[in-house]
Amino acid sequence: MTTNTSPYIPNTEADREQMLAAIGVRSIDDLVQDIPEQHRFPDLNLRPSLSEFDLTAEIAALADKNATPGEYACFLGAGAYRHYIPSVVKSVVARGEFLTSYTPYQPEVAQGTLQVGFEFQSMICEITGMEVANAGMYDGPTAFAEGALMACRVTRRQTIAVLDTVDPRNVAILDAYSRHQSIEIVTIGRDDDLPDDASCLMIQSPNQFGAIEDMEALANKAHAAGALAVASVNPTSLGMFKSPGECDVDIVAAEGQALGVPLSFGGPYVGLFACKDAHKRQMPGRIIGRTTDTKGRIGYALTLQTREQHIRRERATSNICTSTALIGLLMTTYLAVIGRSGFKKVAELCYHKAHYAASQIGQLPGYSVKTDGTFFHEFLVECPKTPAEINRSLLDHKIIGGHDLSDRSESGMLICVTETNTRAEIDSLVSALAQIGGAK
Amino acid sequence: MSIPIAGEIDRRLLNERSVSGRIGLQIQTLDVPEQSLPDASLLRSDDAQLPEVSQPEVVRYFTTLSQMNFSIDTNFYPLGSCTMKYNPKVNEEMAFLPGMAGIHPHQPDETVQGALQLIWELQEDLGEITGLPGVCLGPLAGAQGEYSGLMIARAYFEDRGDKGRTVALIPDSAHGTNPASAAMAGLDVVTVPSDSQGNIDIDALKGLVDERTCVFMLTLPSTLGLFEPNILQITSIIHEAGGLVYADGANLNALLGIVKLGDLGFDIAHSNLHKTFSTPHGGGGPGAGPVLVSDELAGFLPTPVVERNGDTYRLGAPEKTVGRVNGFHGSFGVLVRAYAYIRAIGGDGMREVSENAIINANYIRTALSDEFGIAADRVCMHECVLSPQAQKAKGASALDISKRLIDYGIHPPTMYFPLIVPEALMVEPTETETKDTLDRFIAVMRQINREIETDPELLHNAPHDTPNTRLDEANAARNPYLRWQPDEDSQAAD
Repeated sequence: MTTNTSPYIPNTEADREQMLAAIGVRSIDDLVQDIPEQHRFPDLNLRPSLSEFDLTAEIAALADKNATPGEYACFLGAGAYRHYIPSVVKSVVARGEFLTSYTPYQPEVAQGTLQVGFEFQSMICEITGMEVANAGMYDGPTAFAEGALMACRVTRRQTIAVLDTVDPRNVAILDAYSRHQSIEIVTIGRDDDLPDDASCLMIQSPNQFGAIEDMEALANKAHAAGALAVASVNPTSLGMFKSPGECDVDIVAAEGQALGVPLSFGGPYVGLFACKDAHKRQMPGRIIGRTTDTKGRIGYALTLQTREQHIRRERATSNICTSTALIGLLMTTYLAVIGRSGFKKVAELCYHKAHYAASQIGQLPGYSVKTDGTFFHEFLVECPKTPAEINRSLLDHKIIGGHDLSDRSESGMLICVTETNTRAEIDSLVSALAQIGGAK
Repeated sequence: MSIPIAGEIDRRLLNERSVSGRIGLQIQTLDVPEQSLPDASLLRSDDAQLPEVSQPEVVRYFTTLSQMNFSIDTNFYPLGSCTMKYNPKVNEEMAFLPGMAGIHPHQPDETVQGALQLIWELQEDLGEITGLPGVCLGPLAGAQGEYSGLMIARAYFEDRGDKGRTVALIPDSAHGTNPASAAMAGLDVVTVPSDSQGNIDIDALKGLVDERTCVFMLTLPSTLGLFEPNILQITSIIHEAGGLVYADGANLNALLGIVKLGDLGFDIAHSNLHKTFSTPHGGGGPGAGPVLVSDELAGFLPTPVVERNGDTYRLGAPEKTVGRVNGFHGSFGVLVRAYAYIRAIGGDGMREVSENAIINANYIRTALSDEFGIAADRVCMHECVLSPQAQKAKGASALDISKRLIDYGIHPPTMYFPLIVPEALMVEPTETETKDTLDRFIAVMRQINREIETDPELLHNAPHDTPNTRLDEANAARNPYLRWQPDEDSQAAD
């Protein structure tokens, strides 16, 4: 009796024979006759299968080659932020009923996913101060780009004005998303006028240097030119700072990663997307709505689907076919656990720690803090040596330094501090910078 | 207040359970001196109305919600074109290793050599499996892979100075993302009809191909679960007209070790790792949709790709890259899971995956063909499409049959797709189901067919025992109610 080779495939040789007989064929070859014979059953030059024991050893060895947070203090941000993830969040997301279900096209057997999605939309509205939100996008930058495309649909204008403090990475994605749509992208400064035919002004707050933008003034400026204000915000900052809704922003995008999602080398994350109620039928992505069943009980279902690709095809508002629901679940659980007071406290911890670090670093000879105004999470430091040199030396101190911004600001390093950076870590960063900078 | 009885689920939202003063997590105290606060004009005027609930309440709430879902872990889930196969648990553990889940995307290359090596190995493996050696793992889902592939096609023709190629040819059986992505890429969509056998109508295709053809997008096997028998003729028709051929790899689970897309003449493809390579669907994402191309097109891939130099790995940008389609380096956590899957299956096991997927689908097709019509009834690949028009004539629609399946604990097949099949029910069992499960599904389908005669109301009122019966989706769209609203809450509490 031979045993199966893969634990994931139940059919035994005997099963296969019975099934082939029931189908009425002699072998698998009879089922693949439509495939050109000369190309059938090619050799695959892949390594042989591994036992689970060997597999875990191999991948653990790869993981060990990476510098991890337990071993190094890390001061990187610039779009992805290390925050504490409560155990409850990790436990909930491991539930197979959430993990291994599909998009809730059959609402009667997906009320779990749907109710979580409705909570997600509600929470996004609460923290952003906006009227409606969708069920999630791929990530923050793509949500931001989709927000600008939506502004073009709403205003029927084809020029996108981008404030010059927006992270160039976000602009690069906007460029990829809009390249074939006869859309022009124009970068403007805070004091510049919008082009006459601008569909929107794209704002990022905190901006690429960590500074809080005056969203209210910028939104007013956009509206005065007949354009919409499209803002990308840092959701953690909303525990303290004025929400885009309070600033009369029309469309809001955000990277949801900071709210309970592992850094995971850049993904999977979730894009948050919200807007004013008047524009909801132009939104991209999935939307979950509350309704009732045949017995009058409350339930939830995907709604406003006539915007979407599976119905409208080439006339859809977007080609997106996911809501990144599982990452949305992480975020929803995170906000449920930290709750109303925790949301504020985490933001305050980040604020005080980052400002403490900046005040210490700003006193070091050769270093100066360049971010003007109020900042959150991170700040730009001009360094006495190249950031690359400094970061290499910091690794010897078991510190992963800030993000190298020398391509945009001379000897610029963006240093990020969250509530996970202890005072001991901040103080050792400060003393290491002093030493590397040649102060001693 | 009415007291719910056993079996009735407390559906209150978190904010409807909120009690002022409760916390779900103790937050650490500040360990640095307090800094001066910014001007009050910058601050929120009031706290975000997030719920105030204790930790045990949070756990019970989300656990109860999870139990209202059907899932692969709990149910047979033969959802066509979605490849709802078993998602190995070890892959989850690997993705959550601190050395994988804890690393920051901006870390210098020398501190993430293990992650970069994993990405490089996966690029190589997917290139080998598909015969398309240029691979970028960045795209975050199938639709983003499609858009990336179409940007590559456009950049390729632009690079050659061939500016008139503005048409995407797309079969009438295609997924909706194909035309939506083509429109985003600025292409005019021209629909290619299928013939009565479910194959591409070759004569029609010949008539549609010309010097404006940019790309022909073909799902292989088709959404009817059929392998296109004229595939070599099709790819050469497109190539002779100077166009490129794109493979929607949604159905790649039928082809592992069976045939390579590159050998058939495809120039560009995407693969849904959340289908073929077993990463969990998560209730609708996250996915990963790597884009794969021939050597000739590799210089146009999106940024970044991982390059190897001896024993070191680095993030790089292809020479003529179409740019960046998302924030960082793709759905890395999904890539770890797909890598673990490929290593567990190995080169020796790939063919076994697809062979069993094909056998399971044909077993169902053969067993149900006498009672339920099959669209283009011939040998299928990994899925088959039922077309129960006789049942429809008796008053039981594909929707009714689907909803009745739920009463038997089976997730419905994909309904009303592909659009060219009346009353379509697309059944994809995958290779990870037992013969027992398939036999039970077949028996249930036959039982439902009898119920259409004996007690049709059973179908019309199905499902019966789920937390909700059929939902009023028309009302949901007519009167959108898209978030919790505090006013409603206070009324409900009366």
